[in-house]
Amino acid sequence: MGRIVVAMSGGVDSSVAAALLADEARSGGDEVVGVWMRLSPDEGEGYELRRSCCSPDAADDARRVAQLAGIPFFVLNLEREFGSQVIDAFVDADLDGATPNPCQACNQHIKFDVLLSRGLAAYGADAVATGHYARIETDAAGRHHLLRAVDAAKDQTYFLWTLTQAQLAATRFPLGELTKPRVREIAAEWDLPTADKPESQEICFVPLGDYRELLAERRGYAGDPGPIVDGIGTRIGTHSGYAHYTVGQRHGLGVAVGEPVYVREVIPATNTVVVGRREEIAQRTFTASGAHFVAGAPPAERFEAEVRIRHRGDAVPAEVTLIGTDRFAVEAAEPVWAPAPGQAAVLYAGDEVLGGGRIAPRGA
Amino acid sequence: MAIYLDHAATSPLRPEVLEAMLPYLTEHTGNPSSLHAAGRRARQGIDEARETLAALIGAAPREIVFTAGGTEADNLALKGVAWAASPRGKHVVISAVEHKAVLNAAAILERSGFEVTTLPVDRYGRVDPADVAEALTDRTTLVSVMAANNEVGTLQPIEEIGALVRAHHARFHVDAVQWAAHLPIDVDAWQADLVSLSAHKLGGPKGVGALFVRRGTQLLPQVQGGSQERQRRAGTENVPGIVGMAAAFASVHAELDQEGDRQRGLAEQLRDGLLAHEGITLTGDPKRRLPNNVSVVVEGVEGGDLVAALDLEGIEVSTGSACTSGSTEPSHVLLAMGIDPHTAHGSLRMTLGRETTAADVARTLDVLTDVLPRLRGAGMPAAVEA
Repeated sequence: MGRIVVAMSGGVDSSVAAALLADEARSGGDEVVGVWMRLSPDEGEGYELRRSCCSPDAADDARRVAQLAGIPFFVLNLEREFGSQVIDAFVDADLDGATPNPCQACNQHIKFDVLLSRGLAAYGADAVATGHYARIETDAAGRHHLLRAVDAAKDQTYFLWTLTQAQLAATRFPLGELTKPRVREIAAEWDLPTADKPESQEICFVPLGDYRELLAERRGYAGDPGPIVDGIGTRIGTHSGYAHYTVGQRHGLGVAVGEPVYVREVIPATNTVVVGRREEIAQRTFTASGAHFVAGAPPAERFEAEVRIRHRGDAVPAEVTLIGTDRFAVEAAEPVWAPAPGQAAVLYAGDEVLGGGRIAPRGA
Repeated sequence: MAIYLDHAATSPLRPEVLEAMLPYLTEHTGNPSSLHAAGRRARQGIDEARETLAALIGAAPREIVFTAGGTEADNLALKGVAWAASPRGKHVVISAVEHKAVLNAAAILERSGFEVTTLPVDRYGRVDPADVAEALTDRTTLVSVMAANNEVGTLQPIEEIGALVRAHHARFHVDAVQWAAHLPIDVDAWQADLVSLSAHKLGGPKGVGALFVRRGTQLLPQVQGGSQERQRRAGTENVPGIVGMAAAFASVHAELDQEGDRQRGLAEQLRDGLLAHEGITLTGDPKRRLPNNVSVVVEGVEGGDLVAALDLEGIEVSTGSACTSGSTEPSHVLLAMGIDPHTAHGSLRMTLGRETTAADVARTLDVLTDVLPRLRGAGMPAAVEA
């Protein structure tokens, strides 16, 4: 019999994942160990404002669920790792003019790296389970495939494209076959205290959605006002600091030119925010760097796939052409809305995640 | 059945203690302040308990103040004496390795305008009496040094410090919460004016403790209310708890020598087995330590991971003190002993008890040998690429 470490955030999804595994354990399945990761320091004053998956309240909820499920429960302190690999990476990407992807970074560096390796080593586990909505299938040849969740609305594979064969071999997604309403039902049936918890939408370390404070705190960036220009370089307004803007953003620009404009490009070197009309923001072609393929190698030098450039975004048919080993070019069948540098371009073949890369800045 | 090696955190309730408490939970349920028969019966339980406890530590019954635990006793001693004596001076001396109850009570005093001197310790966690002598000033009213450390088990030179403090006409507080579970106490030999005790560290119930307050020691109560405990600690007494505390002290102190020798023997076996591993170092004083304490730092391992790994194999130990578990801050005790923060993260404390057997020790060493190589790979993602 094996042992599974289940990552418990204190939310309803990972609670149900833990409870389902504990139920299997009682009928002879793998032994289950619950782990809550402490990702930020204990809050003092003002912590009411920071109710999120990383707050001490969440730890209380996770512990109660573990008690009800009858599984051991440990707190794993990963403040340092989360601080450097997720929060600092977020800030640095933003200051670099890119759009950070913290949930993906957390999966890649915290859950499926630190937690997985420490879970295997410290707890003697064979696998880590999470409450992600995604599926893993293993074929006859022993290759692992990462597939979209049955509940298309909840599918979280967009955040999981960096997973490797080795990681998939040691990962379980107990919710992949379930719908969110069913997960809530199970939580209610088992009287889990997290059954009615609201969804967490915001980034857990910027719960109020305002990351300006974080930029100031971590990197001393206060924001220098600079020009907002249109596509031909005409200054049409003033921004509060380039790092406060992200590609595709419409609100908060304070410019009135008759029709809605959106951020098209953020240029740190000149502290410039370039805006454009709706049709100027969508693009059919872009490139991505840091390519990774779940199977370990791309299907071909050039192949058809569907590309998704944001969580819950549409998957658009595209032709993908490899450039060297690390990059690929995407030519989508139709324009895709605001490919933002730093965001992931995730490649699918139907339900299967082939891999992905990070969208490169325009002209890069 | 799990092997419990965390007696410094708390110890299982002894059957004879439960036996002694039961009548006070079921029959003698009066309020000891009541004048009627039910009240008198409850009062008798407390009076007897106070006599028992006082006799065991060389005190008079009226010098015992029951509290809701060791932490409250420490708070009452520190704040109670510091404030009562404040017209004469506002200087308090503590050691760097005190329990958080003393450290944080002193921190509050400091914020209220008191001067606090924190004595350093040597690499074994011992206070040098010469440092005490040097710290004493005309304004010093209170010195607080624990008898035995809760994390590394080091025993302090209490009698020497007591003599210095007495000669200086300051008050001497000794946190003896850990000491009392293993070694005899004579408050006069210590020349102590205040001694903190706890019930649950020696087979008594949780939530009850006591403070010895030498006759003539001025004390400002920290809980206001009725006139219980000679107006030194208000609130209806925890009668079953107090009865249980006295019963636990009576039981443990009747077999101190024999249990001390037995546990010391087992602890030495455990220590030798641990030290046979590469990269495991003993912390605390090699000789002058609690007989049941084996504290080490394990190189290349996070203490919390080791605790979890052993727990999953049915062995219950601690990283240091029960209170600092789950925190990222390395132990203040180990840091004060000059151990670097990185090494201090690998701290492990095993504290034996009355039910610990040689087979438990052997099994613990076997399991540790099994899990250690695996844990030492934990820092690096071996099987998984980033």
